[in-house]
Parts: sequence; C-alpha cells; structure tokens
Amino acid sequence: MTALLRVSNAVVRFPVPGGLMQNMLFRKNFIEAVSGVSFSIEEGQTYAIVGESGSGKTTLARAVAGLHHADEGSILYEDVDLVGLAEKQFKKYRRHISMMFQDPVGCLSPRLTIRSIITEPFKIQGIKNKDLDAEAKRLLEMVGLSLDFASRYPHQISGGQARRVGVARALALNPKLIIADEPTAGLDVSIQGELLNLLMSLQDKMGLSMMIITHNLNIVKHISDKMGIMYLGKIVEEGSTEDIFTNPKHPYTRALLSANPEPDPDAVIDRIRLVGEPPSLIQRPSGCEFHTRCPFAKDKCVTTAPQVTTSHANHSYSCHYS
Amino acid sequence: MTILDVRNLSVDYETEQGTLRALRDVSFTIEDNKIVGVVGESGCGKSTLISSIINLLANNAVLSSGEIIFQGKDIVRLSEDEMRDILGVGVSIIFQDPMQTHNPVLTVGRQMMDIQYRDKTSKEKKKEAAIDMLRVVGIPDPESRLSQYPHEFSGGMRQRIAIAMALMVKPSLLIADEPTTALDATLEVQIIEKLRELQGKINCSILFISHHLGVIAELCDEVIVMYAGEIVEHGDVRDVFHNARHPYTQALFACDPGRIKEKSKNLPTIKGSIPNLIDLPSGCIFKHRCTQRISVCDTSPAMHRVSEKQQAKCHLLTQGKN
Ligand SMILES: Nc1ncnc2c1ncn2[C@@H]1O[C@H](COP(=O)(O)OP(=O)(O)OP(=O)(O)O)[C@@H](O)[C@H]1O
Ligand SMILES: Nc1ncnc2c1ncn2[C@@H]1O[C@H](COP(=O)(O)OP(=O)(O)OP(=O)(O)O)[C@@H](O)[C@H]1O
Ligand code: SF4
Ligand SMILES: [Mg+2]
Ligand SMILES: [Mg+2]
Repeated sequence: MTALLRVSNAVVRFPVPGGLMQNMLFRKNFIEAVSGVSFSIEEGQTYAIVGESGSGKTTLARAVAGLHHADEGSILYEDVDLVGLAEKQFKKYRRHISMMFQDPVGCLSPRLTIRSIITEPFKIQGIKNKDLDAEAKRLLEMVGLSLDFASRYPHQISGGQARRVGVARALALNPKLIIADEPTAGLDVSIQGELLNLLMSLQDKMGLSMMIITHNLNIVKHISDKMGIMYLGKIVEEGSTEDIFTNPKHPYTRALLSANPEPDPDAVIDRIRLVGEPPSLIQRPSGCEFHTRCPFAKDKCVTTAPQVTTSHANHSYSCHYS
Repeated sequence: MTILDVRNLSVDYETEQGTLRALRDVSFTIEDNKIVGVVGESGCGKSTLISSIINLLANNAVLSSGEIIFQGKDIVRLSEDEMRDILGVGVSIIFQDPMQTHNPVLTVGRQMMDIQYRDKTSKEKKKEAAIDMLRVVGIPDPESRLSQYPHEFSGGMRQRIAIAMALMVKPSLLIADEPTTALDATLEVQIIEKLRELQGKINCSILFISHHLGVIAELCDEVIVMYAGEIVEHGDVRDVFHNARHPYTQALFACDPGRIKEKSKNLPTIKGSIPNLIDLPSGCIFKHRCTQRISVCDTSPAMHRVSEKQQAKCHLLTQGKN
C-alpha cells in the first residue's frame, strides 16, 4: 500500500501569550502547539487522532490542510511537499484535501444561505460549467437534509444540522483526503451512524482517505484502521485501532480509554486517574512530558525522555515502563 | 420543592415555507438538587427549549402557549426587566457553541471579571476568583492566559472557559447544552465529577443536554427523551436505561455505538427521517419510523404513566403490549 499522506516531524509554533514579562521569564517567545509529529495515511484508510483537549489536534489538521503554516518538517501529499508551497501551487491540492471544521455554526458564513455555503467550493475553485441548484440538491440528499434547507441561513438550523451542512460542503469537490475535525460532535447516535456510514461508503466507492479527529472513543473503535494518541503536541502512542483498544500501552492512552462513560447507570468503571493539572506549553515538563500527570511515574521519568518502543505490528509508544 | 415547572409549552418558528412547530405541548418539572438529562434526535427542539427558558428565543420564534414557572413565578408573563432580574441571579447557561458565550473582541480575563459585576468585592479578588475557576476546569497557566482572546484557545478550552463562567455566578439552576462534547474523555469525566460536586455544594439543579448516552447515564438522576418537538419518555435514569418503554427510546439506545462491542463498519441507524415540522403528520409523531406500529397509532397517544418514576407516550402501553 502507498501512503497518500506522509507527515514527518511537523512543528507548528504560536507566539507566547502574556507578552514581554513571560518572554523574559522563560526566554522563549513561542509555544510549540505541534511538536514534532510524524504519521502517515494510506490510500483508502482512516486514521484517527485522539488526545487531550488542547494537545494540538486541530492545529495539526490545519497544517495538513494548508490553512496554517508548518514551521518545520514536511507534509508529503502524493510525494509533493506541501510545506512552503506558495498559495498558487497549493490551490491545486485544495480540491483533493478537504477539511470539515470543529465549530459547526461558527464556520458557516452567517450571511450566506445553506445553498450558497455548500456550493461555494465550486466558486472558489472557479468551476463554472456546473448546475449549482442540482449540485446543492445532490449534496443535501447525500447528508440527509431535505431540499427546503437550501434557502435557510445558518442560525435557522440546529447544531446537528449545521454539522451536516459542513459535511456536504466538504464533499462538494469529490476530495481524495477528508480531514474531519470532530465530525460527529453534536449529532444524535442515529444521525451519527448515518453520517459515518455515509463516509465509509464513500470511502469504499471512491477510495477516500480520512483523517478523523475526535473525542468520541465509541466511534473510533468502529471506523478507524489506525490511530494516534496526542499529548502536549506529540503523538505518544500509535498503532492499529484494534491493538490499541485491546492492549493500550502508554499511561495516557490507558487513562483515556478507561475514562469513557458507559451507557449504563449501574456500570462500575475502574478508572485510571490522572494526577495534577494539565501542563504548560510555555514551560514544558522535563523528562517524559507526561510525568506530571502520570499515576505510574518514577524518578527516571522526571529526568529522562523515553525512547519510542515499537512492539509487533507497528504498535509504538513512548514510555519507560509500559 | 420544584425549581422549574414547564407546562404545555409550544414554540413555533415563522419560516419562508410556513410555521415550523418546533415544540409542542412540552411539560416537565425539575426538582431541587436534581440533575435532569435531555436526549433526542438532532433538531428535536432541545436548544429551543432552553432558549425559551432563558428568554433568548430567535426573532422569528413565537412562544404560542404554555407556562414556564421558575421558583414559583411564571416567567413568560413577566416584563423583560423582572425576568432579567430573576434569571440573572438564578439561572446560568453553558451554550452548545461556546462562541455564543464569548465576546470575540474582549479578552477572556475581561469577560470573567465582567460576569462578576454583582459581587461587591475588589478587582483583585475578582481576578483571583477568575484564575481559581479556570484552574478548576483545568486550564493551564490561567494567570497568563487571562490576557488572551477566545480564538487563541482550543475548542475544548473555550468550552471549559464557558463552564467556568457559568459556575462563577453560583446559579440555582444550571442549564448546560452539550457542555462536554468538545472535551476528551478524561476531562469529560473530570467536569462531570466537578458538576456533581458543585451541585452538592451550592445545591443547584442541572438541566443537562447531551448526545453522549454514557455521560447521561453517569451524571443524571432523570432523563427526558425528546423526538420531533415532543417529550416521548421521561423517567428515572435507571428505569429508562434498563427498561425503555417508548419505541423511539429503544431505537435510540440500539444505535449507540458504545453498546456495540463487535467492531462494525456499518453502524445501526433509525430508518427514515424526522417528520416535516412545518407540515405535521397526524397521529403518533414517531409512527413513520416505528417498527411496532399498530392501527391506533394514527391517532395521537397520550403520555402514560408506567410507574411512579417513568412515563411514556405510546399506544402500546395502554394496549398492554410494551
Ligand atoms: N491562533 C492561535 N494563537 C495562539 N495559540 C493558539 C492558536 N490556536 C491554537 N493555539 C494553542 O495551541 C494549542 C493547541 O490547540 P488546538 O486547537 O490545536 O488543540 P486541540 O487538540 O484541537 O484541542 P481540542 O480537543 O480542545 O479542540 C492550545 O494551547 C491553543 O491554545
Ligand atoms: N431560527 C429558526 N428558524 C427556523 N427554524 C429553526 C430556527 N431555529 C431552529 N429551527 C428549527 O427548529 C428545530 C429545533 O431546533 P433546535 O436547535 O431546538 O434543535 P436541537 O434539538 O437543539 O438540535 P441539535 O441536537 O442538533 O442541537 C429544528 O428543526 C431547526 O431546524
Ligand atoms: S404510538 Fe405507535 S407508532 Fe408511536 S411509538 Fe408507539 S407503537 Fe410506535
Ligand atoms: Mg480542536
Ligand atoms: Mg441544539
């Protein structure tokens, strides 16, 4: 199998909050929201990124979609490095890589009707010989919204309906890679199922590759082939979804999987609890960056960063004691 | 004591296509110190229900009938000023889209100070309170981050800041519209536990909307199930989760990927789609999708009490069939 997307050592920085004082204190004027991330997505496969809120998932996705500049590393799409491509050259890839945003309503222009929103990609790409009404109809049908939504504005639809409008728009140009940031947040389980079945059937039909960012562990298990777990801007564990669910190694992954609430009021859940507070990106922890939260940390973890261990089947993780 | 008593509430939206009947004859009560969950199809009227309670309905909405009695007063019939006084101290809300809480052009610190305008304490004390509350919801470096604007935070951080702001006013009723969907599972559980702890401490009631059935099961005392603008089932969370009586509730639970243990690329869904709320069908609102439908379903079923703590709106219950 060939990788459609190959990200190596990607770094994305932001200016440090708080201004001069903080800068003088820490002698740094940036934080690394994405701090050396590598992963690849094969054609027709689904890669899930899960992880702590604020760990850099959206920033990574935006960098891959060309919406944010990566400061270091490479992002190879079909062997072309997207990092540093000028906007003009990037435009060609914009059709291929389509992003569904995290904020459902916030990302839809409030003054455009749903029809204009979902057909906007044709205009942006300068595609003229299309019957936009027919396209709008096709796209609305695809995501299970009736035609009368076409004339409504974003504030006149529910949160879940806005999410589906986002999907329709992302599918407009028949992309090859879909980056979906929390695609099912705000959907009830039935519509969530419909949307995921839709994405998976499109994947089968058109060989679509997907990068899905989600906090919903229940869906990751069903839809993804491979997954990466992010903490503080780094992937701390990666492997096939099955491997990770049956045999999670990194303590963060273990805490995460054990936290997931069960749909049973009487469930007794044996949770691995994180200690302490989320760490600062301004002053990253020493050694293993997870040691300040890790319930299993020992002295070595405070001083020495763990190497990546690769066990069978390309399951890898960074922890001294797993 | 009853803190909120909603009686026969109906809300319509005027649209180009006609009158959309978003809520119809909705009745329920929330007792002191109870956490009541609301689940249901996207677009079934959950956010509309909340907007009616806090008097923030859209311009094209009409509250066509019903009463909303909060702490003994029918707030629908109060003047704007009286209503603001009552809601301002008694109710606080966490919106579905955190950007609705945040003003994009003010720093987070400024907004967290402003929300304490009722407190007569010093500016320093208010700042301290803001920092403490940010720490409670797990925002790293709270001091330096007060000077940042909402867009400089991740989606989940914005959500946590919204939670922090809602908690700062110590409400007697906290309304939360999907407050944890943007959070990873470890934080989600942490926030749920915080809400429980806080609820015990300040004795508030919580109306909690979520599509995550696991979270509802873990957090709530009672659950309300809505479908297409009506309440179809309401009861003790144990009774409803272990013995759902309405066919919609049963179908909804069957779609929860959290209950499906075997990996599946074809997730269950409820066949068909939500009825057109502009042109309502006669009879049971769920009949087109119901697999247990019988001939009387062409007439509207009444809410039927199946036990002291559970009621559902389905003909099968009076026919001794479900
Ligand atoms: N425009 C920006 N300016 C400054 N800092 C930013 C900006 N965008 C993101 N950040 C910071 O980068 C870090 C990572 O944010 P990101 O949105 O990528 O997180 P995430 O993993 O998507 O989180 P979530 O699960 O909550 O959506 C956070 O500390 C955030 O505050
Ligand atoms: N301002 C409006 N004008 C017209 N229709 C509206 C308006 N706001 C909401 N609606 C419609 O009213 C119905 C109920 O919407 P509401 O936002 O209350 O649903 P919800 O249960 O909160 O859904 P979700 O779970 O997707 O957030 C939906 O069919 C929606 O399209
Ligand atoms: S009343 Fe009839 S159609 Fe409605 S849920 Fe019950 S059985 Fe199904
Ligand atoms: Mg994000
Ligand atoms: Mg809503």
